Amino acid sequence: MAGVSYRYAGYREPVLNDIDLDLADGELVGLVGANESGKSTLCLVMSGLAPGSIGGALTGGALTIDGEAMTGRPLHEFSTRVAIGFQNSATQLSGVTGSVFEEVALGPMNLGLPARETVERVNEALATLGIDHLAEREPRRLSGGQGQLVVIASLLAMRPRHLVLDEPTAQLDPEGTRLVGEALRSMAGSGTSLLVAEHKTDLLDDVCSRVVVLDAGRVVEDDRAAAVFADPRLDDWGVAPPSRVRLARAVAARGLNPAVLA
Amino acid sequence: MVATAGSIGAFILGGYVGPIAIIVVMAVLAAWAAVVGPLARASLLLTLPIGISVVLVSVFTRAGTHVLFAIGPFDATVEGVDFAAQTLVRLFAISLSIGLFVLTTDPRALVFDFERRGISPRLAFVALATIEAVPTLIDRATVIGESQRARGLDTEGGIRARIRGLLPLIGPVIISSLTDVEERSLALESRAFSRPGRRHLLWAMADSGWERALRWTLLLALLAAIVARISGRL
Repeated sequence: MAGVSYRYAGYREPVLNDIDLDLADGELVGLVGANESGKSTLCLVMSGLAPGSIGGALTGGALTIDGEAMTGRPLHEFSTRVAIGFQNSATQLSGVTGSVFEEVALGPMNLGLPARETVERVNEALATLGIDHLAEREPRRLSGGQGQLVVIASLLAMRPRHLVLDEPTAQLDPEGTRLVGEALRSMAGSGTSLLVAEHKTDLLDDVCSRVVVLDAGRVVEDDRAAAVFADPRLDDWGVAPPSRVRLARAVAARGLNPAVLA
Repeated sequence: MVATAGSIGAFILGGYVGPIAIIVVMAVLAAWAAVVGPLARASLLLTLPIGISVVLVSVFTRAGTHVLFAIGPFDATVEGVDFAAQTLVRLFAISLSIGLFVLTTDPRALVFDFERRGISPRLAFVALATIEAVPTLIDRATVIGESQRARGLDTEGGIRARIRGLLPLIGPVIISSLTDVEERSLALESRAFSRPGRRHLLWAMADSGWERALRWTLLLALLAAIVARISGRL
């Protein structure tokens, strides 16, 4: 993304202003910011859904994927390159499949893959997230957390080169969050670039190499994860630092050496 | 094909023998599929409202020479009763055919089979999503209703109270459904739903040789019945 600005239809002011953001292959980047800072909109723009599907307009800048200019390209050209997952699993499940297996297979099938490869990808995605036991379950009967894992499995099965996740662990318990973290690391290890918008900074602290902070639609910090989470301005931007940082600060506030935590 | 042949056949054949034969076949198939009770209820519900009006109109307005009894200016004739009985038998045969189809066919299987036969996946999805939206809407309305009741909305009691209680449910159900549709369409776009080209489906409905033969036989029989009807031999 180079100098991208975007505004929603019917609004005068842009929600995103002059965003510069590069993701290298295999890079796992965290995106943090207060509510309404523009995180979700940035995810939509990055995946081509804004303005491609929801309307609005790019009022400046350009989006490039794998060296190709993507501004104004049809949505299906984005979907074979960038996958996106949202936080509400109930609305991301297609609603037309009879089992979790079929649900996860929907994306690979849409890509026109041969049945054998689709089955192989689905089995692998389910196993990666530890939900192979749900394969025969009806998607509509899953809990919120299970549904979210199924959604992420659906995206994994598409093996996108770039993955954007908007609060993927919002409905997950600690074990589900850990599994998602492992899956993200594994995908990054295989060359996928990932942008993960999250309020759970512990997860980002654990898996991300780099973190971008968004405030009022602008990138206010873009640095190594450790450097961003140590920045005292984080609270001002409405972002809670990870527990590691908060603990270190509490220890230091009591006159102890934070090094004892190591 | 059985449902199509049954319903169109009952319409074309007329008389008693053809439609009654179709009823017997449908009853046997329903027993085989263990849906006799639900099918009988569904067919009666489908047939009764139309059946009552057909009986009243046919019995009392059909011209005939044998009058059974008279109510005011209306004569009930044997010819009218005969016509009403034939129509009822036909209606029952048609509703049994359609009912058996609905009760024994998984909508997903039907739509995926359509897609396998060349219908666009997008069209197939829209058809399936429409069918599947009904239970989802009911679930949503239940959840919103319970939330509203928890906040003091009175939905029990007489008809007026129930209607009053219904109004605050309609807005949230419709608005949240529209929001869901937008989010779902975004999620589907991200899963390459709009990619042009055919998909490789993971499974196909079992379709044995005798099933194909039966379909062709029924289709030919139906065409023969139509031709016979048009040419006045039936």
